[in-house]
Amino acid sequence: MSVIAFYLFAISVITGGLFTVISRNPVHSVLWLILAFLSAAGLFVLLGAEFVAMLLIIVYVGAVAVLFLFVVMMLDVDFAELKAQMAQYFPLALLIGVVILMQFALALGAWEFNSSASELRQNIIPDDRHNTVALGRILYDQYLLLFQIAGLVLLVAMIGAIVLTLRHRSGVKRQDVVGQVSRNPAVSMELRDVKPGQGL
Amino acid sequence: MTDFLATPGGFAILTVAQVLVVIAFVMISLIFLVYADRKIWAAVQMRRGPNVVGVFGILQSVADVLKYVAKEIVVPAGADKAVFILAPLISFVLALIAWAVIPFNDGWVLADINVAILYVFAISSLEVYGVIMGGWASNSKYPFLGSLRSAAQMISYEVSIGLIIVGVIISSGSMNFGGIVQSQDTPYGFFGWYWLPHLPMVFLFFISALAETNRPPFDLPEAESELVAGYQVEYSSTPFLLFMAGEYVAIFLMCALTSLLFFGGWLSPIPGLADGPHWMVAKMLFFFFIFAMIKAITPRYRYDQLMRLGWKVFLPVSLGWVVFAAFAAKFGWFWGAFARWPV
Amino acid sequence: MTLADFLIILPELVLATLALIFLIGSAYGGGDKNAAAVSWCGVIALILMAVFVGLRGSITDYSFGGLFIDDAFARFCKVMILVSAGVILLMTQSCSARHDLSRYEYPVLILLAVVGMMIMVSASDLMTLYMGLELQSLSLYVVASMQRDSIRSTEAGLKYFVLGALSSGLLLFGASLIYGFTGTTQFSGIIQVAVSEQISLGLLFGLMFVISGLAFKVSAVPFHMWTPDVYEGSATPVTAFFATAPKVAAMALIARVLHDAFAGLAVEWTQVIALLSVLSMFFGAITAIGQRDIKRLMAYSSIAHMGYGLMGLAAGTAFGVQALLIYMVIYVVMNVGTFSFILMMERDGQPVTEISALTLISRQQPIKALSLLILLFSLAGVPPMLGFFGKFYVLKAAYEAGLIWLAVAGVIASVIGAYYYLRIVFLMYFGDEPIEDVQSMRSPILSGLLVASAAIMLIGIVNLFGLEDAAQMAAEVLVG
Repeated sequence: MSVIAFYLFAISVITGGLFTVISRNPVHSVLWLILAFLSAAGLFVLLGAEFVAMLLIIVYVGAVAVLFLFVVMMLDVDFAELKAQMAQYFPLALLIGVVILMQFALALGAWEFNSSASELRQNIIPDDRHNTVALGRILYDQYLLLFQIAGLVLLVAMIGAIVLTLRHRSGVKRQDVVGQVSRNPAVSMELRDVKPGQGL
Repeated sequence: MTDFLATPGGFAILTVAQVLVVIAFVMISLIFLVYADRKIWAAVQMRRGPNVVGVFGILQSVADVLKYVAKEIVVPAGADKAVFILAPLISFVLALIAWAVIPFNDGWVLADINVAILYVFAISSLEVYGVIMGGWASNSKYPFLGSLRSAAQMISYEVSIGLIIVGVIISSGSMNFGGIVQSQDTPYGFFGWYWLPHLPMVFLFFISALAETNRPPFDLPEAESELVAGYQVEYSSTPFLLFMAGEYVAIFLMCALTSLLFFGGWLSPIPGLADGPHWMVAKMLFFFFIFAMIKAITPRYRYDQLMRLGWKVFLPVSLGWVVFAAFAAKFGWFWGAFARWPV
Repeated sequence: MTLADFLIILPELVLATLALIFLIGSAYGGGDKNAAAVSWCGVIALILMAVFVGLRGSITDYSFGGLFIDDAFARFCKVMILVSAGVILLMTQSCSARHDLSRYEYPVLILLAVVGMMIMVSASDLMTLYMGLELQSLSLYVVASMQRDSIRSTEAGLKYFVLGALSSGLLLFGASLIYGFTGTTQFSGIIQVAVSEQISLGLLFGLMFVISGLAFKVSAVPFHMWTPDVYEGSATPVTAFFATAPKVAAMALIARVLHDAFAGLAVEWTQVIALLSVLSMFFGAITAIGQRDIKRLMAYSSIAHMGYGLMGLAAGTAFGVQALLIYMVIYVVMNVGTFSFILMMERDGQPVTEISALTLISRQQPIKALSLLILLFSLAGVPPMLGFFGKFYVLKAAYEAGLIWLAVAGVIASVIGAYYYLRIVFLMYFGDEPIEDVQSMRSPILSGLLVASAAIMLIGIVNLFGLEDAAQMAAEVLVG
């Protein structure tokens, strides 16, 4: 059962990845990418890492890819032209790609677990614990430092986005909710007795 | 019989049957919910509402469904056909599959997974794709702008929904709905549920749910009168039906979530009375009633007000609440009302 | 995780907290009006922290279960980073308005970048290494494009970001290979597995990817492409910052990774480092000749200097690391002085960076010109100046390690490089009559820094201010 599911998700990841690259329409590329993410989440579930799977969907598919889609939909980039330019460098890129591929083939061919490497690899999740709990234990205890630095990195990203884009324009009308709510009839309303035929 | 169900084939048949039961329940209630929605709305406005088809117009929705299905599907020229058709399907299917983890009674659930609440959250974060894809594939400016508007809205309110859920998770120590409901099972009945300790968050959650499902007063995506119906301008016939059905299923799901997270799910409000699925259904219907009432009595928000509310009010408040709830749970403030996990 | 763990990261903790306080305080009260105050506080904090770190005793401590190490080498580099960042912030402060940098986020980002660098030099785990590197790089990307109304600055930031992201990708890929083949991310674990006799090809690949990723950060050839554009496009104070603290941090990080985690593979990596070194020296020296912009020139100059620094590392000995550290200190001091001068160059109140603007500046500004002369001689490595001793140390290290060809190449590159430094000297003293008047901004701080660093170049030859012993101690902790 899970073998079938594995092949289903695996094929779907690869198809998604492949079409992300070869799709002519950039929006389709992003949609294929989303399929790849979703299938990868499926693979995580099969591995028993359901928490990571859900995070992958929430963070990558639910937030990152949406923004990605926004940008791709709104950018007026002529991808055909870009691709034509890329074709110029294609032979070189192909060469580099082939070289790297060959190197990896070599590395894979020489794959051999170091005797002490397997000793260093620990059994991270004990059987009697949910992996959410296990992850939390590791993240907030053993790797607290890294977790906090990651927080700082995100803070810097946030500062950067604001620094580079926020401009305070003058003369923009903004709604002042507190001001609106704190108005009362005494200050904002005036009652006049209008005499017929005279007006104010 | 039990032997047969233990075999792979039997297991598959059983699962499919369970799935069909849940889908049937949701779909049938859907038909009457739409009818109820319109009737409540009409009653508030002193109209009579649907009253022609069937007794008291009760079959109105059935007639509507038949009408939609019988019409021709119009795909606009220049539309991206595959994506255009895919969008409503995604909308509808995603709304349905979230029900897989919603329990109606202790153990009455299709998939009893550990991270059920994250699953629901993940699925509801995917629903934005139906909107974006629909708007983009229509190859027309109004739907596209409408879809961007709605997508921004849905993403914004998702953030605060997520943070509010975190508060509940902190209190219950479980991400499984069964666990969350069980942790609310106290001798105090109604007053033992999470709505009391997490009181401000109940309102925030409910309002965010309104925005997340594009309901009034946040129904900018489909404001026909001023914003040209948003992403679904070009949709007609069955695809439109799917969008609309998906929307109502999502609303009903939000009702279920509200009852499970804050109102004790299938637990009885009065200590001593038996717990059971009828309580769950009753709570869901009650929240749907409030959904419908809000539609009738609130004016629509302007877009900048909507965004301001989401980012400048809900986000900081819910974030602050997570911190508060964490402290309250850790140090056992309020007689331990915030910490229900076995320490 | 105990209090002791937090005490070890106290300097980083204090700086990060200060950055947060500055950020919140300014965001809610005053905004950019606080920029100057925040900058001054930042300078004081950085310098105080440098003193604190410098006087911290001589122990080696691990914290957070081996993720973070505090030893003499880390402290030496941290002092260097803190002091140079403090000085650069001081320099920025005296000319921030004209460079569009008088915003309170600038010092905050610099502080966070410094925290990142301090984490980098204290990393004893591949994950800590990456997190520190990202914290530093991300802050620098933002700072590079801070002049958001300038196309050049935006371009610089974007280029830096894209190539930096690529290098991070390479680094991560390498790190994942290393993790896959050794089963651990901690340096202390890797060093047990990574020994020359039974090296696996995958591990070697991982090492090479990591070196490539880090070579990007020190802008060693052939990973230098971003340097000239980023140096030229960024605001000059930012360029000055790029040329100093991040280079020190990245260099220290390379030394740390190679010696702490891959000491067993020294035979393999010394070749690669030697190649990077010789390419950088020659490329930097030759390409700098044609430059007309002094910031671009300094970019190529820094590429060449990084080549010399790597030469010390290529030796693979404790003395080599000591030479590297001494070289980096001298390099930082020279850059501070030179950039102080560049920051003061102006025409009609606008900053200029063309080399031709320096023509005959000696007539108007004799003292500044003389200081620059000393600094340029020192950069070129002319004997009586301190810069010569820096080069001497790395050449000696390479020679003693048997890399005679590398030492010879270093000497040749140094002779080629001398040409473009001396060309500026020639322009300053014997150039043709300038077409336009060149002025120099009045700034006591910048002039003071310029003269001080020139004086250091001269006085320092007496005993290097005891730098030698400190560097030796640091190097022996790392290698020994």
